[in-house]
Amino acid sequence: MNIFVCIKQVPDAKDVRLDPVTNTLAREGVESIMNPYDRHALEEAVAIKEQLGGKVTVITMGPPQAEAVLREAIACGADEGVLISDRAFAGADTWATSYTLAMAVKTLGAFDLILCGKQAIDGDTAQVGPGLACRLQVPFATCVQKTRKVNDVAIEVERMMDDGFDVLRLPLPALMTVVKDINEPRVASLKGKMRAKKAEIRKFSATEIGADPQCVGLAGSPTQVVRVFSPEPRGDRKIFSGSVIEQVDQLVECLKAHL
Amino acid sequence: MDYFFSEQQQMIIDTAREITNEKIIPVRAELDEKNQFPREILQDIAKADLFSIFVPEEYGGLGGGCYEIVLALEELARGCVGVATSFAASALGIFPVMIAGTEEQKQKYLPDIASGSRWAAFGLTEANAGSDASGIQTTAILDGDEWVLNGTKQWITNGGESQIYSIVALTDPSKGARGASIFIVEDGDPGFSYGKKEDKMGIRSSSTRELILKDCRIPIDRLVGKRGTGFITVMKTLDMSRPGIASLGIGLAQAALDEAVIYAKQRVQFGKPIISFQAVQHILADMAIQLEAGRALVYAAARHIDSNPKNMSKASSMCKVFATDMAMKVTTDAVQVLGGYGYMKEYPVEKMMRDAKILQIYEGTNQIQRNVIGQELNKEYS
Repeated sequence: MNIFVCIKQVPDAKDVRLDPVTNTLAREGVESIMNPYDRHALEEAVAIKEQLGGKVTVITMGPPQAEAVLREAIACGADEGVLISDRAFAGADTWATSYTLAMAVKTLGAFDLILCGKQAIDGDTAQVGPGLACRLQVPFATCVQKTRKVNDVAIEVERMMDDGFDVLRLPLPALMTVVKDINEPRVASLKGKMRAKKAEIRKFSATEIGADPQCVGLAGSPTQVVRVFSPEPRGDRKIFSGSVIEQVDQLVECLKAHL
Repeated sequence: MDYFFSEQQQMIIDTAREITNEKIIPVRAELDEKNQFPREILQDIAKADLFSIFVPEEYGGLGGGCYEIVLALEELARGCVGVATSFAASALGIFPVMIAGTEEQKQKYLPDIASGSRWAAFGLTEANAGSDASGIQTTAILDGDEWVLNGTKQWITNGGESQIYSIVALTDPSKGARGASIFIVEDGDPGFSYGKKEDKMGIRSSSTRELILKDCRIPIDRLVGKRGTGFITVMKTLDMSRPGIASLGIGLAQAALDEAVIYAKQRVQFGKPIISFQAVQHILADMAIQLEAGRALVYAAARHIDSNPKNMSKASSMCKVFATDMAMKVTTDAVQVLGGYGYMKEYPVEKMMRDAKILQIYEGTNQIQRNVIGQELNKEYS
């Protein structure tokens, strides 16, 4: 089983700030972590590898320092890390990112399964996984909460829905994005950390994956971010207390006052 | 303070810290309340390779020494002393094999201990043999090519949960302590069973149980070391393991100090956070002083032991006494700083204070440690 896991380095959500002048995410001095959903995707990949044998390759698109999350992934059981890095990739939206990842996957060769986190906690779009599957022309399942069965030809999964779950059977190769309920990620082992320290990270530039310069980074991104801002905190909130009837009465009084 | 750890030591600390933060702290109150053995956490600890740190490299371990065990235990104890005790007991249980075992015994048991696929336990204490370990009554009689063990071990940590037990038994009862030997008894051996499970004040997630040996027959090659040398091995085992107990006190006291400072900064009385009052500051300052002094002593003792000195008993006993008496004091003070809230189970310091008490009692009471130190002083000055 040849498994790819797409991961992303994101700012730690505990410490998110916006630069008040530029209205962009202040990344300086903010700790970077592996996107939490991606940790679950990685754990699932490693668990499947432990069950069926094979190889887990982690892929990330990002600046050179994103190598850190690849090493962390190797410490947690991945076999190999691939960094897709080029100045030309800067400013990519989900369209350009899924294109770039698809070109990288094609460069790496045949695969049985690709796993991604449901979404990244910085952009929160949940589009890159499905986008990548479409570009690679493989079936996909989003928000997978459980792997029911997996073998060399197919995978059966539970897709989380608002009102329960769907059971989907996907012929391989396929792609799935996972939610946190799927597993409990392991703590990186001591031997894993030692291996990760010495591991060689493969690096690819835009040219090396054969990417069309017009399709990557800002140039390949139809999404234009006009402005990012923190909403002004609203100071006029009112919390009612007492029994439901009393609270409704208070609400009605409050609404009347504004009529 | 910066203790200038090596890269590998820092890696051990970080790994144990991740286990504590992600796997232990979220469930510790529930394990304590339900008296529930932390089997899953020990499996997580195994996956993280922490069981391998005290096993020599040639048997699949990382080849760490006392210092490395101390660092791992300190972090785990910051989360829960019950969990950390269960982990530590596996090291204690296998030390006799590492100290006195044959090459075959090491090949047979150490790789499993290193991978964490099997856990060990140490069976010395009996109803009539606590501080006076020479009072043990369990016997081992050679019958053909089998040893036959009879007796009951009491308060055995990891009893019923471990698969490998180091059992101290008399092979020559007439010789007293000089007639003691150590045997490996495995879960499932004929005549070996588990008795009463204790309901304890603290470290409630750990298993403390009776081991019953009733005509328990084991192969002749389960004798560890030479016949009659059991007590020497026991003393060496305890010398190596006591700094580990000391480090449980360090981790626990650190956790209590953390809780007390965080609370004192948040709790407002008389219009100010209580940390602004000198009476509270002084309690916290004393906690921090005692803790750091204890930590420095434990690390120094561990490094001393790793240098393979002729005599390690005094250093080992001194750090055990100081760090565990300190942990009792610091956890009690933490409850005091939190006041009424500290006494309630909703806050973690209540459990910490209960967990601290056992540290002054097990692996040799602190009074017995003082005996050891006193006897060593007497020898040194003669």
